[in-house]
This record gives sequence, C-alpha cells and structure tokens, in this order.
Amino acid sequence: MNDARLLVRLLGVSMRSQLQYRASMVMQSVGHLLVTGIEFLGVWALFARFGQLDGWTLAEVAVFYGVVNVSFALADAGGRGFDQVAARIKQGDFDRLLLRPRSTALQVAGLELTLKRIGRLSQGLAVLIWGLSALGVGWGPGRVALLAWIVVGATSMFYGLMVVQATIAFWTTESLELMNVLTYGGVETAQYPMSVYRRWFRRVFTYVVPLACVCYLPVLALIERPDPLGAPLWAQRVAPAAGLVFLAGALALWRVGVRRYTSTGS
Amino acid sequence: MRGYVAIAQARARVLLQYRAAAVAGFGTQAFWGMIRIMIFEAFYRSAMADGAPMRFEEVVSYVWLGQATLMTLPWNLDREMADEVRTGKVVYGLLRPVDLYGQWFARAFALRSAPMVIRALPMFAFAMVLLPLVGLEAWALEAPTLEGLAMWLVALGVAILLSSALTTLWSVALMWTVSGDGVTHLAPALVTLMSGMVIPLPLLPDGVRAVVVWLPFAGLVDLPVRLFSGHLTAAEAAPMLAAQLVWWVLLVALGRALLGRGVRRLVVQGG
Repeated sequence: MNDARLLVRLLGVSMRSQLQYRASMVMQSVGHLLVTGIEFLGVWALFARFGQLDGWTLAEVAVFYGVVNVSFALADAGGRGFDQVAARIKQGDFDRLLLRPRSTALQVAGLELTLKRIGRLSQGLAVLIWGLSALGVGWGPGRVALLAWIVVGATSMFYGLMVVQATIAFWTTESLELMNVLTYGGVETAQYPMSVYRRWFRRVFTYVVPLACVCYLPVLALIERPDPLGAPLWAQRVAPAAGLVFLAGALALWRVGVRRYTSTGS
Repeated sequence: MRGYVAIAQARARVLLQYRAAAVAGFGTQAFWGMIRIMIFEAFYRSAMADGAPMRFEEVVSYVWLGQATLMTLPWNLDREMADEVRTGKVVYGLLRPVDLYGQWFARAFALRSAPMVIRALPMFAFAMVLLPLVGLEAWALEAPTLEGLAMWLVALGVAILLSSALTTLWSVALMWTVSGDGVTHLAPALVTLMSGMVIPLPLLPDGVRAVVVWLPFAGLVDLPVRLFSGHLTAAEAAPMLAAQLVWWVLLVALGRALLGRGVRRLVVQGG
C-alpha cells in the first residue's frame, strides 16, 4: 500500500470512530460553529460602529477572514495527530511508532481527522462566499483556481506550524503552549489585512512565519486590490508557495527531532 | 461558613501549583492583547472614531484588564467537578455536614479567583510598566484614579461572585448531561460575547448594548473594566452593580433549586 492510500485508510478509521457518537459529533460541530462565528459578529459590530478599517470595507475583510478560517479549519482537522505527540513522548508511547515500517510523520498524520472542525470550516466558507459576492468580483475559473491555490498554501503553513509545535516536544518533552501565539494568534492576525499592523509585527508574520505570504498577498490578487504596501501582482500570485516551503521545512525539522529522540519509557 | 472557607482554600492551594502553565498563559495573553489593540488602533484611525462612545485609551484598558482577569470568566466547566459527577464521587459531598450547594460554590469561587491572581499581577506589570519602557506608551494601561481603583475592586468582587454562581450552574447541569458537551460548547460563545471579551460592550450597536449591559454577563468584565478606566462613574455604576447583585441572588437560587432536584433523582452505582 502506498503512503497516500495508507493515510486515507488511517484517517477513515478515525472518522468512523467519531461517527459512532453521532449526536455528540453534531452538537460539537454546532458549538464550534457558534464559538468561531461569534468572532465575525464582533467584526461586523466594529464596522457598524466605525464604518471602515484603514480604508478597507467589511466585504474585503470578510474575504481575509474567510480564507484564514477555512485554511486553519482544514489544517486543524488534519493535524490533530501532531497534537498528541507530546503526550506520547512523555508516556514513552512514541517508541511504538518507531517499530513500524513507515515514516513517523505519516503515522502521526493518520492518527486523527477531527470532524467537528466542520463548524469553523462552514462558517468561514459562508463568510468568504458572502464577501466575494458582495465585492462582485465574479467567479471565473481563474479566480476559483487562485482561491484553491491560496487555501492549499495557507493550510500547508498552519499544518507546518502544528508539525513544528510537535517537533519541539522532542527537546522539551512538554508541549509548548507558547506556540499558540503563532497558531491561534496567527488566525486572529490574518482575519484583518496585514497593512493595519505595525511594521515590526508584520515582519514577524512575514519572515518568521510566512502568514502574510499565504493569507494577505494572494488575497489582494483575489479581490483585485493593489497592495497598500506595494507588493507587485506576480509576487501576490506566487506567494502561497511559501506555505509549501514552510511545511517542507517543518517536516525536515521533524526528521531531525525523531533522530535525536530518546525514549522516556522503561 | 468556616467549612466553606476551608473548602475554597484547599482548592485554591491546588490551583496555585500550576505556575509553569501560568507563565505560558501569560505570554500568550500578552501577545493576544497586542494584536487586539493594533486592530482597535486601526479602527480608531477612521473618521467616525470621533463619535465613538469610548476613547481609545479606554479600549486599551478594556483589553488589558480583560486579559488580566481572564481566569475569572465562567467559560468552562470545573474539570474536577465533572470527573466527580462521572465517577460518582460526587456523593461524598452529601456525607459532609455542610450544605451541598455551598460546597460546590466554594470550590467554584476558588477556581475563579486563585488562578486569576497569579495571572493578573504580571499582566499589570507588563501593561503599565514594560510597555511604556519599550516605547509603546499608546498601548499602555492608564493608572486609575483612587475612586476608580476602589470601585474596580468592588466590582471585581461582584464579578467573581457572579462567575462562581454561573460555574456552579454549569456543574449542576452535569447531573442531567453527564458529558457536559452542551455546556462546554455553548458557554464560551455566550460568555465571551455578552461579557465584552469579543468587543467592548459600549462599541456594540446601541440597541443591542442597551439590553446586554443589564444581563448577568456584563458584570463579569464590562462593569469592572469601565469603572477602572473611569468610563463609568461610581454614581452611574451603582444601579448596574445593584442589578448584577440581584442576578447573583437569582442565579444562586436557581442553582440551589436545580441541585436539590438533581440530588433527589440521583442514583449512584457501586458500593
């Protein structure tokens, strides 16, 4: 069985086990939808009060908001396995993965596909579609392809962040909560256009974590708005590739971490 | 009364052990607060900001005080309580010669006050001292007037009472839905929006705001914070604080009645 088929098989097992508790799954998804949806209610209320944000309209911000929430929901659903790594290292359970003749990253990735993230996914998608329709930019095949390319890039970046967070546990044995400022903080940041932030802050989310490359620049091309900070159009279109590079880097770091892993078990 | 104090103290001592978690939490919250402030800063650059019902400095204090007292919010279940309901250990409470609701309330009180103290102090130091030192005066928390400080402390006390009553109510709900799924997923949405954690209540559309400030969630964050920053004077806040205390009495009465009914139909397996 090749790697891709094995991954699908593993994730299918996780999905079926969650569907055993169907009512609970539905309730958790609805709850997740409400909790994350309230964020957008807050954005809407601020626009009702202030009219605009540094020259950006609500519909434009809705597209930024939708893109980052859809991408994060996808990465968060697929990458939950990496969340369990710290606990496994602590208990010495990680050894079991090393005994199997498959790459550890693949096995960890296959641990879980969290279905309730469909709550964030659906509300993000609804906001995204509303924003694009309100802007009236049209739905040509080029635009849909660009949107898909953005989501691939952004999802890869968030997935990469989860891999890095798990990898750090090889050194610390403890899950590093501080990484949440980059994941959840990144989501909060990318819900608004990057141009509204201070320069040092933008630098962190461009060069340390390529959030601006995957969630800001290409979205400008999507909504056909020139960058107030001056990035050219071709750069906006290429930028999501930074998410894939980031993920590749994260997986390389993961292999380094696995190599220096020493078991905590007895 | 001494029994309840002892229960609360014992729980608080356990909660104060988790200092490493507090340090990590502090870093996350400080960063989070800065993101929020930058977003508000951008909104306040718009032309309509002059007519806004709050000054930017008051919004800044809203963000930092909200983060400093984050742990008082009743947005999750008391995990220990939930485990006891699931395992049946909850019956030990019935054996003690003190009122069951009082015991639960005392534990909730510890949960909503002790962890807050270890988070609030570094947050104040960060927002009042460190930020001006690194040149971010615009983001710093303004020192309150003496009156503001005194009223804030009173309102914070009311906030912790309210929060403990709500937390106890979530625990009581466990007697009906053992997993507590409904509460853990709906409480955060309700509490964060209505208390002012998503956006400050005065910035909500006027019609919505007029209702929300009288609900029992406004007393959790909005009221104390606005007293601290001087957005509300003591005279303006007095009827609102009174309303929050009435809510507290009602929430305690409701929790007590529900717990009474829950205990009557409680069946615990095992010997």
